[in-house]
Amino acid sequence: MELFGIPLQALLSQLLLGLVNGSFYAMLSLGLAVIFGLLNVINFAHGALYMMGAFLAWMGMNYFEINYWVMLILGPILVGIFGIFIEKSMLRWLYKLDHLYGLLLTFGITLMIEGLFRSFYGVSGQPYSVPEALSGAFNLGFMILPKYRAWVVLASLIICFATWFVIEKTKLGAYLRAGTENPKLVEAFGINVPLMVTLTYGFGVALAAFAGVLAAPVIQVSPLMGSNLIIVVFAVVVIGGMGSIMGSIITGLGLGVIEGFTRVFYPQLSATVVFIIMAIVLLIRPAGLFGKEK
Amino acid sequence: MNRKVGYAIAIVGALALPFFVYPVFLMKVLCFALFACAFNLLIGFTGLLSFGHAAFFGGAGYVAGHTIKVMGWPFELGIVAGIVAAALIGLVMGSLAIRRQGIYFTMITLALAQMLFFVCLQAPFTGGEDGLQGVPRGKLLGVVDLANDMTLYYVVLAIFIAGFALIVRTVHSPFGQVLKAVKENEPRAISLGYDVDKYKLLAFVLSASLAGLAGATKTVVLGFETLTDVHWSMSGLVVLMTLVGGLGTLTGPIVGAILIIALENKLGDFGNWMATVTSIEWFRTLGESVTIVTGFIFIVCVLAFRRGIVGELGALFKRTSPGTAH
Repeated sequence: MELFGIPLQALLSQLLLGLVNGSFYAMLSLGLAVIFGLLNVINFAHGALYMMGAFLAWMGMNYFEINYWVMLILGPILVGIFGIFIEKSMLRWLYKLDHLYGLLLTFGITLMIEGLFRSFYGVSGQPYSVPEALSGAFNLGFMILPKYRAWVVLASLIICFATWFVIEKTKLGAYLRAGTENPKLVEAFGINVPLMVTLTYGFGVALAAFAGVLAAPVIQVSPLMGSNLIIVVFAVVVIGGMGSIMGSIITGLGLGVIEGFTRVFYPQLSATVVFIIMAIVLLIRPAGLFGKEK
Repeated sequence: MNRKVGYAIAIVGALALPFFVYPVFLMKVLCFALFACAFNLLIGFTGLLSFGHAAFFGGAGYVAGHTIKVMGWPFELGIVAGIVAAALIGLVMGSLAIRRQGIYFTMITLALAQMLFFVCLQAPFTGGEDGLQGVPRGKLLGVVDLANDMTLYYVVLAIFIAGFALIVRTVHSPFGQVLKAVKENEPRAISLGYDVDKYKLLAFVLSASLAGLAGATKTVVLGFETLTDVHWSMSGLVVLMTLVGGLGTLTGPIVGAILIIALENKLGDFGNWMATVTSIEWFRTLGESVTIVTGFIFIVCVLAFRRGIVGELGALFKRTSPGTAH
């Protein structure tokens, strides 16, 4: 069976690969949006923390023989704690200043984390094998569906929608949204906003680490994997606008799929297609697809 | 009056310096200093943080290298071609980026510069991963042979002074005052009737062109151009130089560029020395892991040293001589 002259099988497998990448975009841009909402900081270190998540999974396996499933929980917790340390020791001194200082600080943190990992592990990728329960593939008749890729998409969808649910539908989420709108007023109601800010940052980076652990078996674990991704995620954020949680999820997944199709039809463009879409969106809808014009 | 004396001393010093220090190193410093000054025109005097300046620096470098090496253009034309290319990239990037404000502006410049990086990675004329090697220096106006390091140094110095003078003139011109108004209070500048977007775009293109001048000159000086110059880490480096020297000060970026380039060159020696003193072998790898140190400097500057060296000195000077303050 063929579609546009491309075998359906190839098309579907690229679609799946696109969804996998899109899941990472969605989880990372979601974390960026949550952090930006409350802290007004664009967390450049998001990519580096995603890389840390992947490396923790690899280190757990290689040094301590801790399996994938444990690291899937432990990795995000450890990175979350590290994030809380970053927020408590450095970021919090910058909230009253221009946004750009937050970006510059987290950029410096990125360079340090990446540099440290590079000095120990070099730039080449470390292999990480797919956990046993998820190796192999389903044969759906019209395509071969690798189990692990299906799991990545499923897991990230669950996490994304759980996050959306907590923020949009629960009391905790209501505090968070109120804190985004007017932190002073929320504090006047007796809610510990600084604590909420710290935990939000911790949660946001834990989300990045979770994506990192998920990515470890599909992408070579290397110190540079984060910074290559984060710039694309920035473009995703510009396209979607950071105002809406659901917007981040949909934009991330959608762009992953578009990128996957580009790889089939015009491979030379696959690295740049997200940036081109960003430019087009800026021309037509400068505030972003889901953003509100201020 | 004081300032003029200072500039005169600096120029005399710069004229004498190549007799004591390796001229190629000095030329590299001058190129980066001009690059940082061009960047500072945007962040320090217009309030726009661009994280995509590598695109102009490296893009101009590639165009200058290609026109000189492959098409056989003379030195001056190659540089001009580089500037024009940077200005065009700046025009496209700027007109897209100024559609959003603040932090989005920064992310857009970063993303578009990354797009140019991928273009350079794939385009045939850049030489991909190998870069563009063996760019000849040629002759200035067909007469002066630039193969001699000393001769080229004075040409590069002249280029730097011209570029720096243009920046100083711009900052102090009525145009520069409008940019300052945009930086301080954009809504008010709009309400006063200024077409803020037009001013921002003009500043962006000007900054891009000067960054292009620096990049094109650097390619000719070193004789090669690689992907390093269009990579986002180069954009980060120029931010760091400006931050260390002092955002919004005229001479700060020069000081920052000197420090950071010297640091990059000397870090390996320093690491070896630290390893001998502390007998921690890890320090020997410091030369290869410049990013750890630059990252650390970034963090320290942002947390404790936001005015930069020149900014801090200026503040100190004002405090100690209250008679001349304000």
